[in-house]
Amino acid sequence: MGAVRTAVVGVGQTRHVSARHDVSIAGLVREAALEALEDAGMDFGDIDAVVVGKAPDTFEGVLMPELYLADALGAVGKPLLRVHTAGSVGGSTAIVAAKLVMAGIHKRVLTVSFEKQSESNATWGLSVSMPFTAPLVAGAGGYFAPLIRAYIARSGAPRHIGHLVAVKDRRAALRNPKAHLHLPDIDLKTVEESFLLWDPLRYLDTCPSSDGAMALVIGAEDVADAAPGPAAWVHGTAMRSEPTMFAGRDQVNPQAGRDCAADVYAQAGITNPREDFDCAEVYVPFSWYEPMWLENLGFCAEGDGWKLTEAGVTAPDGDIPWNPSGGVLSSNPIGASGMIRFGEAAQQVRERAGDYQVPLKTGLALGHAYGGGSQFFSMWVVGNRKPE
Amino acid sequence: MTSPPPLIEQHVLEYPGGYTRSVGTAVSRYLTGLRDGVIVGVRIGDGRVMVPPTEYDPETGAALDEYVEVGPAGTVVAWTWVSEPRSGKHHLTKPFAFALVRPDGADVPMVHVVDVAAADEMAVGMRVMPRWASERVGYVTDLDAWVPISDGETPSAAAVNTAEVSGEPVTGITVPIRLEYEINAGRAPSKYLRSLAEHKIIGQRAVDSDKVYVPPRGSDPTTGAPTTIEVEVSDVGTVTTFCVVNLPGLSEFAPEVPFVCAQILLDGSNTPWFGLVQGLPADEVRMGLRVQAVWADVLVPDARSIKWFEPNGEPDAPYDTYREYA
Repeated sequence: MGAVRTAVVGVGQTRHVSARHDVSIAGLVREAALEALEDAGMDFGDIDAVVVGKAPDTFEGVLMPELYLADALGAVGKPLLRVHTAGSVGGSTAIVAAKLVMAGIHKRVLTVSFEKQSESNATWGLSVSMPFTAPLVAGAGGYFAPLIRAYIARSGAPRHIGHLVAVKDRRAALRNPKAHLHLPDIDLKTVEESFLLWDPLRYLDTCPSSDGAMALVIGAEDVADAAPGPAAWVHGTAMRSEPTMFAGRDQVNPQAGRDCAADVYAQAGITNPREDFDCAEVYVPFSWYEPMWLENLGFCAEGDGWKLTEAGVTAPDGDIPWNPSGGVLSSNPIGASGMIRFGEAAQQVRERAGDYQVPLKTGLALGHAYGGGSQFFSMWVVGNRKPE
Repeated sequence: MTSPPPLIEQHVLEYPGGYTRSVGTAVSRYLTGLRDGVIVGVRIGDGRVMVPPTEYDPETGAALDEYVEVGPAGTVVAWTWVSEPRSGKHHLTKPFAFALVRPDGADVPMVHVVDVAAADEMAVGMRVMPRWASERVGYVTDLDAWVPISDGETPSAAAVNTAEVSGEPVTGITVPIRLEYEINAGRAPSKYLRSLAEHKIIGQRAVDSDKVYVPPRGSDPTTGAPTTIEVEVSDVGTVTTFCVVNLPGLSEFAPEVPFVCAQILLDGSNTPWFGLVQGLPADEVRMGLRVQAVWADVLVPDARSIKWFEPNGEPDAPYDTYREYA
């Protein structure tokens, strides 16, 4: 296809917590960036371009933070881009960075995404009341909970399926020292007894609000061949979007997600995702989105996603682990969350995932992110061998 | 025939109470210094001293930690005159100069204000010194303004801080940010909004489509075709899906918990309407429930003209009639 072979050669992230009062926004992103550069055996001077991503500027009240971050990220005298696609932004930012390398424009690109949610309140930031419109009075959960109810009605899934995901991902996070939530005592009972926020969603079915940053160094083939550590080769990237609302829109199983998956699978030669991947890091901010996305991403037939979850297929020791890092349910610095999925997929194929490393058979992993009203999707496939 | 102009309203975007900004190591040194009546800079990689300090070298990105006290006197490098200060926007309420001031010992000027009576008292190269606020809290306005000093004069040290503050370093500040917008509803939404004020709900569809959009945006989002045909839809509809909100305090406009947020497919429309369902216990709301809008006593061109929806007594709609929309 003519593209330059491209790989992740450095990965860095902060320890995600609810509030990092000890650092500035610049200090937060630098922690992730410096760790990724060290992993890649580089410093800022080696980097050709910087790509920054984050979710709405209303979260921190810093308008155009990429300008403020230019010198903090060593971007002086270099191209600096900022990407914004709502909650999927971490994924699409990594894709923009990868494409600068695949296109042969740059050899070494640093990409960083972040959110410092402790500087305001995510519910406020996501539901600013505008003139003429009825106020959004229910927050993000109030938008997604009805879609989950519709999924349950369609699929006939038992009510405890979401709680199984809530327990599975929090237990997985216990093996990830950088995860925000470490809940050693969590079990089905504690989830079932947690506060019913947005029926059918309980408190422990929802993601936390985190301060954190993620960084990747992406290099061309010759850079990756010379890198001190293993490479996660990019086998495919895809993005899709659709309007929040149109007549006939399937809000539960969006067309844009299905199309995005089909595109990235075709690029990477994936014909049976459940068998062809060693694991997947998928954006699951509310527990029920695991079975919903299992179907949307073609890991099973429509209506069968909850059966895979119930059977433990997606557990760390299942046949296709989903979110062995603990996922968005365990850490959610919104603007970074998509890139964390992409980066955790890369760490798995680099065999750098520490205590939550999955066994490699095919050497391929999926990174996924979505955002807005399930209207932006970004995905990549990474592998431990070069693409053909 | 000309249509009435689009509706316009003022909109203020402001996080209540201001953002809680953690300032990081370098700005912490700077603000703590201001509180204590000194100006702190940082030495960068090439030996120059920069003020205010940053955590990183602006040219190389390398971490910095050699803090240097600068000033207190300084030199004006450039300036501009503000003849009409804006109330609530500018720090000083009388005419003043915005200036780049290079404190002695620093190699880079900082932006601040110089307080003189008239513009003709300003000059590049003039010597200035800080006028410190008597109450200093660890904020940029602790240095109230720069003021002229005459040749040979030595700036005196800042007076003792009269504010009640701890001796701990400043680690965070509260940042008020206010953006004021004029929101133009647009032509198609304005027609719909004006219909609400007449106790009607007017949607639109495109010429080649049977899909009715409420509220309309002027084009069909699937094709981009203009939605030129106006269609009145019913204020009766079907709950396609919903959630019960038990979490109080999400919005100042939220009713008391528990309350129900629903997607409602109005009869004659092809897109769901996001609304509240009231008039029955939350645990009795169900998919397929038939509901009718409850209108406000005073109707205005705004979505708030419909307060919520209540059951209208019809039998529930069969699942297959709304499945496509759930």
